[in-house]
Amino acid sequence: MLFGTISHWRKQLTSGAISPVELVDELAAQMSAANPALNAYISFDTEAAKTAAAQADLSKPLGGIPVAVKDNICIKGAPTRCASRMLENFVSPYDATAVCKLRAAGAVPFGRTNMDEFAMGSAGENSAFGATHNPVNPAHVPGGSSSGSAAAVAGGIAIAALGSDTGGSIRQPASHCGIVGMKPTYGRISRYGLVAFASSLDQIGPLTQNTEDAATLLNVLCGHDTKDSTSSTHATEDFSALLGHDIKGLRIGLPKEYLSSGNSPEVAAALDKAVKTLTNLGAEIVEVSLPHAEAVVSAYYIIACAEASSNLSRFDGIRYGYRTPGNMSLDDLYSKSRETGFGPEVKRRIILGTYVLSSGFYDAYYAKAQKVRALVAQDFADAFAKVDLILGPVAPTPAPKLHDTSLTPLQVYLSDIYTIPANLAGLPGISIPCPQAEGALPVGIQLLAPHFAEARLLQAAHAMESEWAK
Amino acid sequence: MADQPTIDVAYIAGLAKLELTAEETERFSQDLNQVLAHVQQLEQWDTANTEPMYHPLPVFDALRADEPGESLSNEAALANAPAQGEGQFRVPKVVESAH
Repeated sequence: MLFGTISHWRKQLTSGAISPVELVDELAAQMSAANPALNAYISFDTEAAKTAAAQADLSKPLGGIPVAVKDNICIKGAPTRCASRMLENFVSPYDATAVCKLRAAGAVPFGRTNMDEFAMGSAGENSAFGATHNPVNPAHVPGGSSSGSAAAVAGGIAIAALGSDTGGSIRQPASHCGIVGMKPTYGRISRYGLVAFASSLDQIGPLTQNTEDAATLLNVLCGHDTKDSTSSTHATEDFSALLGHDIKGLRIGLPKEYLSSGNSPEVAAALDKAVKTLTNLGAEIVEVSLPHAEAVVSAYYIIACAEASSNLSRFDGIRYGYRTPGNMSLDDLYSKSRETGFGPEVKRRIILGTYVLSSGFYDAYYAKAQKVRALVAQDFADAFAKVDLILGPVAPTPAPKLHDTSLTPLQVYLSDIYTIPANLAGLPGISIPCPQAEGALPVGIQLLAPHFAEARLLQAAHAMESEWAK
Repeated sequence: MADQPTIDVAYIAGLAKLELTAEETERFSQDLNQVLAHVQQLEQWDTANTEPMYHPLPVFDALRADEPGESLSNEAALANAPAQGEGQFRVPKVVESAH
């Protein structure tokens, strides 16, 4: 069902078994057949991909490899719509830095993947272009907000994809679709050209079929960028260097707060299995505590919505984006354009964010949430003084059914409890699939690392993945 | 934080320059008052001696050299505008006529 990994296709390309243009054609044929049912891609330009493929430098690390790109990461000359009616006619005038880096490494940007509108959602259903289906079981959601990126990779119509992760939007859909999703340390990958949702939380990262490909993409994508003042000046490294090294003696923290009765039986079983596997591989499982674990959802939704309400004020119907037709005052033009251009979840979050920043409530909500955020970050600093990595679930349950309207927004927000902490604290995290019975929905396992310890994170994830592949 | 907080959604939507239907206003009031009731739990954490963490990693003086570089042409910058003319964005009249 999978299309083949980056490393597989790189061997085929460099041996001359297939040309980059033929590879694009083959992928496009698969996509044409499978995408109508999945709705993973919401636009693609096969001719542009073939033109880029024809010029691909095979000596580069991603030479000739098509990579799908989430619809909120700018590709010059291509629609970048954030799955929103607001941007339905927007064509990006420039490449995001991440896309520049893909091109410089020989990769071919291929297709725009569906998402929750402006990356707000965790099921892929908040898209102006329709919901994406989970390739493992089309009656279920693929997760979100990088719904299309995860579904395309898991559904065999992408080799690898870029996503963005503000509160779990790479790791959670990767978990629900049974692939690898990684959020690097905040600032590792430039956010230039990533349409901003919550600037202190947003991070671009890879969705791949395995950890080796995740490392390959990180090697290409990371690095300081003068166009993003928050991009890190921390030295990049070879993120593949520790793959295949054993993890004997590695200390893995298991937060006692994560052994919640709120976890579904499948998730609890996956966590047990991960503990056993890591122990068998020689790692030491250490109980740790994250005392503010239950505060993260509250802190996150205040901060993320506050930042979103500010960031999305740029969509005013003037310089780009949807404008309501007709003669009206400037104020009406703003209000009506935003009413028509934004979907319900985006509006809901703008309202919440505007409220917590409004006069009289700022200290009680926004400043308080930022202080609790500091406590959450301190919990992790204390834990990482004792352990090398932290193990946990990705989501409390496997993928919910599509179009389940029984959940309130609050209930949906609460399901982000395990992925949010990495964003609040700026930590790197990865979701890798835990083997399930034939036909069962996928369940991912999450590992978190201290800032900039991606190589160690990938080492442990790769060790588990290799053990589970046996 | 106040007891039993409620959001005046219609007022906040005005601040956010976001027109809402009556149905949306009603729905968002319900949804967000439930969220607000939940986030009151933040009060239980003592933050008297905690500095707010506005950014996940310390960033100081992240200034690049002030050198001219490539930027979008006027044409490219206007290409996505819903209305434009004479190299500028067109907007509704914002100043009253003087007569």
